[in-house]
Amino acid sequence: MPVRKLLLVAALLPGSLLADDVVRVAVASNFIQTAAKLTKHFSETTAVSVRISSGSTGKLYAQIINGAPFDVFLAADTERPRLLEQDGYAVPGTRATYATGSLVLWSRDERLRGRNCREVLQRGDYNRLAIANPETAPYGDAAMQFLVAEGLWQGVSSHVVYGENIVQTLNYAATGNATLAIVAASLMSYPGLPSTVCMWRVPQSSHAALNQQLVLLERAADDEAANSFVEYLRSDRAAAIIERDGYTVVR
Amino acid sequence: MEIFGPLWLSVQLALVTTFVLFLIGTPVAWWLARTAASWKPAAQAIVAMPIVLPPTVMGFYLLILLGPYGAIGSWWFELTGSTLTFSFTGLVIASCIYSLPFAVQPMQNAFESLPRQMLEFAWTQGASKRDAFFSVAVPMSARGFVAAAVLSFAHTLGEFGVVLMVGGNIPGETRVVSIAIYDHVESLQYGAAHQMSLLLLAFAFTVLLGMYMVNRRWSLR
Repeated sequence: MPVRKLLLVAALLPGSLLADDVVRVAVASNFIQTAAKLTKHFSETTAVSVRISSGSTGKLYAQIINGAPFDVFLAADTERPRLLEQDGYAVPGTRATYATGSLVLWSRDERLRGRNCREVLQRGDYNRLAIANPETAPYGDAAMQFLVAEGLWQGVSSHVVYGENIVQTLNYAATGNATLAIVAASLMSYPGLPSTVCMWRVPQSSHAALNQQLVLLERAADDEAANSFVEYLRSDRAAAIIERDGYTVVR
Repeated sequence: MEIFGPLWLSVQLALVTTFVLFLIGTPVAWWLARTAASWKPAAQAIVAMPIVLPPTVMGFYLLILLGPYGAIGSWWFELTGSTLTFSFTGLVIASCIYSLPFAVQPMQNAFESLPRQMLEFAWTQGASKRDAFFSVAVPMSARGFVAAAVLSFAHTLGEFGVVLMVGGNIPGETRVVSIAIYDHVESLQYGAAHQMSLLLLAFAFTVLLGMYMVNRRWSLR
């Protein structure tokens, strides 16, 4: 093939196949908004481009151990990063807590106007409550812990619907299909979210801490761009962005 | 390990859907096969759309349409006090739309290949249009009906994307077998995922094998 044709083909290929100054990041759904802000800031200062894939922590974990081409994993829990480190999928010593999340009970349903969300949940006079799947999504697990701890689980279980990840859970309530949803507080700044009718902050003491950890994955152990991205995520400037989105960061 | 719960739910959904699609699909197919209306291609295109559209498009529209603010959902909500989404009834509606072409197209093909003289003969012998349909058209189109039943049933059993978007994953109500498998894979319960997947694999092969064997026997006749 003439060189010119080869160049043409090369120009049509996705950038990732040619240059490796691309960092591929797997991000838990609740953090996607913040991750987008962080990567934008990072890319502006370093000229490294970052590609984000999002999903529930459980799904991303399953993809990673089955060979998905990710360099960095921003999970919504500590368990999956720990397992990845233990089983040799992540670079030892790179595991770190980058954010601590919290939950809110939220509704856009006009019929709840002027009422207290928490009370509605308690009295059970609503249609559906959406939580993320506790099996796969840490925020769903925390929501369930809260409901069990408050003695509400028995009462709500006939109302509960399960979102595949935390953003789908919010979607169920945002489209009005579920009256209430228990979601990550960080999602409250989601663009396009219908205006809040009632919201109640779930006390962090009612569930295990929602510590979110990151790891550098084994395939990117020597990748400079990926290493610098992880370093950036643990910087004060990144922490400020993360905190602005409603998380707590231990510095 | 709950394997049969989700599987049985899927089978129920597929059976109900196939039944409803026979009721809706037969007149639609009959009309499509015999009409000369100028908008027949448009009607055919609408029927065939679910083959082409990604399940996410249908899931998205259904989530809005069946929700409490949607055209169908709001009416249902007034009537029953609950939403159509996250319910078995909602899944039946979704599946009927999703599997519609798989019921209509085989029936339509069968009706189109009916020799017109047969029906005309029945009419001249004094049979009403209804009689002629049931005693001549239906038996002669048996092959089309079998294909429609098998394909609607099997296609509904294989439904995933739409249910993921409007189902809400409720055990015994909307957690069908494809969703259960997805959950098992996500939570690394590969054992359960393997068992269910293998069952479905065997089922899909058996059903299709059966259909093609029947088809061959018919065409040799």
